[in-house]
Amino acid sequence: MKYMLLIGGTDDGWDHMTKDEQDALYRRIGQWWDERTAAGEMLEGHQLQDPSTATTVRRSRDGEVSVTDGPFVEGKEGIGGYGIIDVPDLDAAIRLASSWPAPDTLEIRPIIVRDAS
Amino acid sequence: MTERRTVDASLERVLREERTRLIASLVRILGDWDLAEELVQEAAIAAIEHWPADGVPRNPAAWLMTTARRRAIDRLRRDARFRDRLEQLGQEADEMDRPIATGGPLATDDRLRLIFTCCHPALSREAQVALTLRTVGGLDTAQVARAFLVPEATIAQRLVRAKRKIRDAGIPFRVPEASELPARLAGVLAVLYLVFNEGYLASDGSVVARRDLAADAEWLTSLLVRLMPDESEPLGLLALMRLHLARVEARFASDGSLVLLRDQDRSRWDAGAIGEAGRIVERALRMGRPGPYLLQAAIVAVHATAPSYAETDWAEIVALYDRLHALQPTPVVALNRGLALAELAGPVAALSEIEPLAARLDGYHLFHAARGELLRRQGRLDEARAADRRALALTENPAERRLLEERLATQDGA
Repeated sequence: MKYMLLIGGTDDGWDHMTKDEQDALYRRIGQWWDERTAAGEMLEGHQLQDPSTATTVRRSRDGEVSVTDGPFVEGKEGIGGYGIIDVPDLDAAIRLASSWPAPDTLEIRPIIVRDAS
Repeated sequence: MTERRTVDASLERVLREERTRLIASLVRILGDWDLAEELVQEAAIAAIEHWPADGVPRNPAAWLMTTARRRAIDRLRRDARFRDRLEQLGQEADEMDRPIATGGPLATDDRLRLIFTCCHPALSREAQVALTLRTVGGLDTAQVARAFLVPEATIAQRLVRAKRKIRDAGIPFRVPEASELPARLAGVLAVLYLVFNEGYLASDGSVVARRDLAADAEWLTSLLVRLMPDESEPLGLLALMRLHLARVEARFASDGSLVLLRDQDRSRWDAGAIGEAGRIVERALRMGRPGPYLLQAAIVAVHATAPSYAETDWAEIVALYDRLHALQPTPVVALNRGLALAELAGPVAALSEIEPLAARLDGYHLFHAARGELLRRQGRLDEARAADRRALALTENPAERRLLEERLATQDGA
């Protein structure tokens, strides 16, 4: 099954680290990502710029479009990146998410796959 | 011809004992919870049609399973959605016509898969409880709703959502791996104990359905024990429940008010049941490294085997609470340890033990009730009254309210 991992959380965990600690953690995340990719579990994904760089576009039912500053879900926890994974079931997805090396919060969402036929 | 009454009786008995196994097996084959329930229903109807003419089969459980499985295969063949699954199950299909063995290897019992899936941490606790009672316990939606005093539509919706999440989020139908087992088993036991307490503690004798809930939880736990005989925590929980149930008659006075442990008529306790539960505790303790449920059962067993409140082995109880607190350093465990300490070292020592818990237990009625009791024993009556009033404001349980109101009335009169 394919799932999207939404990687986010508050900045608390990161803010308490020194620059060196943060760099070391980035390296661990890079290694984690490479290993998962090599294992065929991580299909793609990216780190995103800070939520403060987000722009929200809303299209209403009558077709009116509005553009506003900020993410569409306002809150303490913002999304900092995502990955698309392919694993047998939710338990495997939970195991994978549990091994994420940084102090973050991860949301696992199943992806709806539609047959091409 | 077999008499209709005989057929009904056999069917009822076999469904009660085997329904969970039928559902579990069909869920594994079909991956569809609603369809599994439907097919068991259909198999039961087929039994009502066939058994009166053909006689009750020698192995009624196997007959029901074969019938349900045949129908499952028919459905799979007809439904395009299931075509892949059918191919996958080609091998298994041949085996389906053979009568299934009952009491097969426990490690692979489908019922265990069912229990762990119902209690999967990706489901809300409310959904875990509803799904376990409905699917493993065989209660219908109305019964679950009555027991939890919520509208039937709420329970129905909870079940629909939970089943949809299991399907759409890919929650697997299996027993967790060894590395995950302790945490997942703790989750299952928490659900069973929650159901038990809902029936046992919340009961004031007026809602019969709630007392039945305690019996349902005990049955589910005994099933878990049969399925995982080498795990000590399910044994601990089973003993804990049985020790509570063995003394349930003495918990309420004839007017429905709650009787405290100290004032209970111990001759109304079921000594036979207490002895059996005590032997379960001993057996489980010999397995080593007792967990929190087993330690709680051991504590209750000390109470249950004491000839009187005064002759209780309080030193042993405090020692067991120390071990429990090491595993579960929660303020509630510390509070209970403090109360046992009151009997060993007096109310002054106990009060100074529990006072530091005030900040964390301020919203917990039993903390204030315990404080009230310890203050009263020291003759600090005004403070005791204030604590009892705070406890009263925090509980809605009618039996507990009555006890606190009586306590306040007696003090005011004194």
